[in-house]
Amino acid sequence: MFTYILRRLLRMVPTLFAISIMVFVIIQLPPGDFFDSLQAQLAESDSQADQEAFDALRQQYHLDEPLWKQYLYWIGGCLVGDFGYSFEWRRPVSELIAERLGLTFLMASGALIFMWLVALPIGIYSARNRYSFGDYFLTFLAFIGLCVPGFVVALVAMYISVFWFGGSAGGLFSPDLKYAPWNLAKVWDLLKHLWVPVVVIGAAGTASLMRIMRTSMLDVLDEQYITTARAKGLAERWVIYKYAVRVAINPMISILGLQMPQLVSGSIIVAIVLGLPTTGPLFYRALETQDMYLAGTFLMLLATLLLLGNLIADILLAWADPRIRLD
Amino acid sequence: MAKPMRQPEIDRNESERIYTAGQWQLAWRKFKLNRLALISGAVLGVMYLLTLLSGFIAPYEADHRFSGRDFVPPQGIHFLSDQGGHLRPFVYGLKPAFEEASGRKIYVRDRTKRYPIRFFVEGDAHRFLGFDARLRLFGIQAPHEGVFLFGTDRQGRDLFSRVFYGARVSLTIGLIGVFISVVLGSVLGVVSGYFGGWVDELLQRTIEILRAFPQIPLWMALSAAIPPDIDQLKTYFMITLILSFLGWTSLARQVRGRVLSLRNEEFVLSVRLMGGSHSRVIFRHLIPAVLGHIIVIGTIAIPQMILAESALSFLNLGIRPPMTSWGVLLQDGRSLTTLYYYQWLLIPAAFIVVAVLCFNFLGDGLRDAVDPYSRP
Repeated sequence: MFTYILRRLLRMVPTLFAISIMVFVIIQLPPGDFFDSLQAQLAESDSQADQEAFDALRQQYHLDEPLWKQYLYWIGGCLVGDFGYSFEWRRPVSELIAERLGLTFLMASGALIFMWLVALPIGIYSARNRYSFGDYFLTFLAFIGLCVPGFVVALVAMYISVFWFGGSAGGLFSPDLKYAPWNLAKVWDLLKHLWVPVVVIGAAGTASLMRIMRTSMLDVLDEQYITTARAKGLAERWVIYKYAVRVAINPMISILGLQMPQLVSGSIIVAIVLGLPTTGPLFYRALETQDMYLAGTFLMLLATLLLLGNLIADILLAWADPRIRLD
Repeated sequence: MAKPMRQPEIDRNESERIYTAGQWQLAWRKFKLNRLALISGAVLGVMYLLTLLSGFIAPYEADHRFSGRDFVPPQGIHFLSDQGGHLRPFVYGLKPAFEEASGRKIYVRDRTKRYPIRFFVEGDAHRFLGFDARLRLFGIQAPHEGVFLFGTDRQGRDLFSRVFYGARVSLTIGLIGVFISVVLGSVLGVVSGYFGGWVDELLQRTIEILRAFPQIPLWMALSAAIPPDIDQLKTYFMITLILSFLGWTSLARQVRGRVLSLRNEEFVLSVRLMGGSHSRVIFRHLIPAVLGHIIVIGTIAIPQMILAESALSFLNLGIRPPMTSWGVLLQDGRSLTTLYYYQWLLIPAAFIVVAVLCFNFLGDGLRDAVDPYSRP
């Protein structure tokens, strides 16, 4: 197992290099660079745009050098933990992302927990009462959850939260507590605001997880050993939870590994709509202004998370199912 | 002399028919049993038909602004007025007024002005199948009033018309994007699975790299790279390409898996022995064998593309004006105040949901129909 993990990690390295090249190319695709758009902005507002100053800035950040050299600067920095400099925020990229990473993970973890807590019981119920009114109703809800675009759910949730529950519009903190030091009141305030994004982000995932759980349970409930257990007189609760659910969950456990990075990517649009101080809106803004190192590093981060998630998923699969042999 | 044996009646009963039916006939029989899929297919057919005729059905051009008619709520159609009942439906004129509480501008029905809705009227000029035409399905004869079935937006443009024009983009981007993905994915998947060796290795590594990219951020980054000054049609195609950029990988993997198992079947061997070339095996035998699978995966991919396009357009990274799509139409809903006062601006979302729902049901039905292991 340990050698397998090691081998997989080593294989990830060339993949990551290829990804970094692609990311860099994509980030550089928009014509011009950050200072071009800044210059255009200044020209519009009639401020003095000193060409020399801009050229000096460009030289300082190597923006006038050939692309492959710029890539080497960036990747060389990445290897030692220097992920470049954000032109717009005038701070190192690593600082910016690290600031918001905590909240991003908190939100994604919350959504993950919400997903599994809601989807599992509903899926089990749906499978046990197949074709009942409850089943059809829940299936209908699941389909709605899957088919409504994420940003629409975010808009509706924001509407409900503000106009029915009186929460503040957007953001993760009430205005008065936003810059306050961390104390119990602030934590409680955060939790009160957190449920909206958590529910919105988890909605689509909950729906699909519910369907998967239902299908998995249905497959298991048809098996011989369930019939045997019932014939032997076991209490139904025992049959379902000790036997059926444990077998049904097995194939789903490996999904866990992938869900975290997927939730982080999926939260970007919702975070933009709700105005949350997470990495999503940061990325969006970086794309708008061509803040290339910020955007590029964020993409690399997500890609790395996805690769790690794949690895975790495979490990979880092998751990949960003794029939699987990792080669 | 023995009597000639009477040929037994060929028993054309149900099981006989099933036994002799071809692959597609079987799939169609199974598909017909799925009422939800049939209805979804019908709804989609209607939607696409209406989209074809969008220029005719929409009363106004997408950018036709009615001055002084911004944020009109959906107008009701009436048959009864103060003067009694009328055969022809009509809408009332509008008078601007001010809401007491907030002081914002609202509209009050002007019952003195009735505008009967006429059918097959002459309206804004538009192009229909290459011809310049002026015929519209319905409209009212009024110089500066309009019939606003879904209300108007911030610039006084009829939302009903814009939804129909937006359908052109929203419904077709999914089709074209998936088509590209399917062609790319199936050909590459079949080639990779059939030839094996370094071709397979290369493709697998490429797919691995592409799959490591998170979809939404990649789409956002690529869309941000579209130059802002190119024309809208080119933007449309670039968005399509961007969306299919990642989509083909999962299809290629699945097709490759199927081909790997089919490759050792006897029919492949017999074609080769009879002198068939590799391309003959691929195009005349392998691809038809996985075609059912491909259609299912493609159909299920379409709603994802529709959702992706609307998300990108909503964020201003997708379709650029004057072209419009359902996602662009929802941009007005980004501000909470706008949403509070003018909820009808979310109507395009309902259309997105219906289209995506129908495609999902259709795809589910197709999957069950094509699956050889479920009973007919």
